[in-house]
Amino acid sequence: MNDDQRIDLTEAIPAEVAEVDLYQKREKIYTRKIEGFFQRLRLYTGWPLLIGYFGLPWLEWGGRQAILFDLPARKFHILGMTFWPQDFSLLAFLLIIAAYALFAVTVVAGRVWCGYTCPQTVWTAIFMYLEQRFEGSRNQRIKLDKAPWSIEKVWRKGMKHSSWMVVAFMTGMTFVGYFYPIKQLVPELATFSTGFWQAAWTVFFTLATYINAGWMREQVCKYMCPYARFQSVMFDKDTLIVSYNHARGEPRGSRKHDADPKELGLGECIDCQLCVQVCPTGIDIREGLQYECIGCALCIDACNSIMDKMQYPRDLISYTSEHELAGGKMHWFRPRILGYAAMLCIMMSVFAYNLINRVPLELTVMRDRGDLYVQTNDGRIENIYTLHIVNMTDQQHRYLLSVEGLDDVLIMGNREPLVPAGEDLTVSLRLNAPSGASATASSPIHFNLTAEDNPQLSVRIESRFMRPL
Amino acid sequence: MTSFWSNWIIILTTITIVGITWLLFGNRKKDNAENQTTGHVYDGIEEYDNPLPAWWFFMFTVTIIWGLGYLVAYPGMGKWEGLLGWTQQGQHDAEVAKAEERYRAMRDRYLALPIEEIAFDPAVKKMGQRLFGNHCAQCHGADARGAYGFPNLTDNDWLWGGSPEAIKHTLNYGRQAAMPAWGPVLGDQGIKEMTAYLLRLNNRSADPALAEAGKQKFGMLCAACHQADGTGNQLVGAPNLTNGIWLYGGSEADIAHTLRVGRNGMMPLQSSLLSEDKIHILTAYVYGLSNTQGN
Repeated sequence: MNDDQRIDLTEAIPAEVAEVDLYQKREKIYTRKIEGFFQRLRLYTGWPLLIGYFGLPWLEWGGRQAILFDLPARKFHILGMTFWPQDFSLLAFLLIIAAYALFAVTVVAGRVWCGYTCPQTVWTAIFMYLEQRFEGSRNQRIKLDKAPWSIEKVWRKGMKHSSWMVVAFMTGMTFVGYFYPIKQLVPELATFSTGFWQAAWTVFFTLATYINAGWMREQVCKYMCPYARFQSVMFDKDTLIVSYNHARGEPRGSRKHDADPKELGLGECIDCQLCVQVCPTGIDIREGLQYECIGCALCIDACNSIMDKMQYPRDLISYTSEHELAGGKMHWFRPRILGYAAMLCIMMSVFAYNLINRVPLELTVMRDRGDLYVQTNDGRIENIYTLHIVNMTDQQHRYLLSVEGLDDVLIMGNREPLVPAGEDLTVSLRLNAPSGASATASSPIHFNLTAEDNPQLSVRIESRFMRPL
Repeated sequence: MTSFWSNWIIILTTITIVGITWLLFGNRKKDNAENQTTGHVYDGIEEYDNPLPAWWFFMFTVTIIWGLGYLVAYPGMGKWEGLLGWTQQGQHDAEVAKAEERYRAMRDRYLALPIEEIAFDPAVKKMGQRLFGNHCAQCHGADARGAYGFPNLTDNDWLWGGSPEAIKHTLNYGRQAAMPAWGPVLGDQGIKEMTAYLLRLNNRSADPALAEAGKQKFGMLCAACHQADGTGNQLVGAPNLTNGIWLYGGSEADIAHTLRVGRNGMMPLQSSLLSEDKIHILTAYVYGLSNTQGN
């Protein structure tokens, strides 16, 4: 790396930072609206997510809401499947995969999650759009905030907050709709006849959305979000970052439209401050990579629009990597990425295998603790078991019970238990077997339970059979 | 708690609270206009000696006040019982009472209905099965089919009667059955004869001469309880000796042993442990076990 390309840290820190009071009030950020390639890209990633979020609870599947997390009944319905608390390991596994995928994406493309799909960013963008609609452009908003209260100011502010509240309410209501049937929730909310908890959580998520996207905004990313703090450990020198080309832009300075920067001794940055004005976290990207940067590429669009006007080449600010900035080439296939990709593939395959081969039937076998065994009049031995059968499917099933590992065994009790859909049944039975010439007092046996109409629906549980020695 | 440990706790708690308060207020300062440092330097990085942020200070103060209030209200200071009178035992009792109130209302609906009517109600069966599992399965087995010395409740052979009233009486007041030891009276030969007769009563092979002799003695000694034909008497809990069901084993040796040393059967009373509604549900469950209609 040449010395003149190195971004000197001390140089990048403005002198006044040292004087900043650590506990100062937040400075309000007025973002300028900007359009461009990356903003359109954000639109294309954002809309499907929003439509998915608001639309999914309305889907039906087999006469039931397709996605419903029924907490009181402790059952999660996702499309055709019903998950019970026993399936918690699947959820944990899914969350691990999601976290791992996030890390893998971060290694490749930096903070694209933050900039494009994070709900905090998406909802903040919606709220900023509404702000723009009712209070005008950046300059108009600054002026409006400084202006004394007037009917117009009250009207504009009132409209902004009302529209925010509407969006926040829709968001909160939809969120609760994932946990309580939304087709009951909406009419109930409309007629003020909803239960206390549904109303309380709707209000809670409405307020949380309103405060987060309306008031907290970048402070959530800067001070509260843990991901912002540790994502940098996943960066390497080939990770995509939003960066200002220091070598090309410096020294910055304003100039006439047709002036030749070389004659003036200037770089290509005209110091228009547009990149700062559009930044939702209020940073100056020209000071180098900062943890506040959420990789949203608004500054790239802003800078490119100016470069076009100046008829300079684009990408003074761009998605690039440390290697590229240093004049090197981008390495896409590096061991680290291949490792992440391989690991992700393995984890997703294992998860898919588990999901497909999941048996929605549970059997627990408990041996009676009173007597270890019972000796009958004819010299045979009996053991008593309590079987707990959970039918986790949506259909009633009759199950066939059999026992492996005992010769000449009689099952005394209900051998063909009938369990209604989504219910459990406790069955007591005893196994009657010859006393036998067993060398040990306790021998392993297996209970097999198979649905009469579906051989796939089958479980095998080990237990023990006790005899006198 | 002895006075020593009570005082130990009080002293430690007091020292801690006073210490924390002193730490908070003793280090209090308003501002750091001169940019003083603490003197710590590491890798050229120095630490400013700035005041605690106001909201931190406020939170700490509130926490200390909260802690003092807690110690006044709840038992925390050694033997001090607290103004609110809260105890773990009291909280447990309150929870139990709450649960009992809730479930009793559910069970009381059935208390008004006759046993025969509710015995095959799925909800009653479910409740009954749980109660049985907790209170009866230790002896009678989870499937109620009994074990050595504990009768099978599913086979319609009843020692004390299988009517709802008889079952409920058994549950409420318990039962005590005594089979006297006939060894001294009968002698070895008498035991042999009687055993042979009992085998014949059950259509099992036995020496006819011994059995005939045993029959004579049965009429004198056993018929008073077990009836002349050996079918038993539910009023005194005398088992039916003709149906091949043996509470204490049916082998020849087992029968002889029972005759020689006698037996003492005991069903403990449940009314001191279980409320009326629970007994009612258990009665229905047990009644339903052997009356399999509707199953």
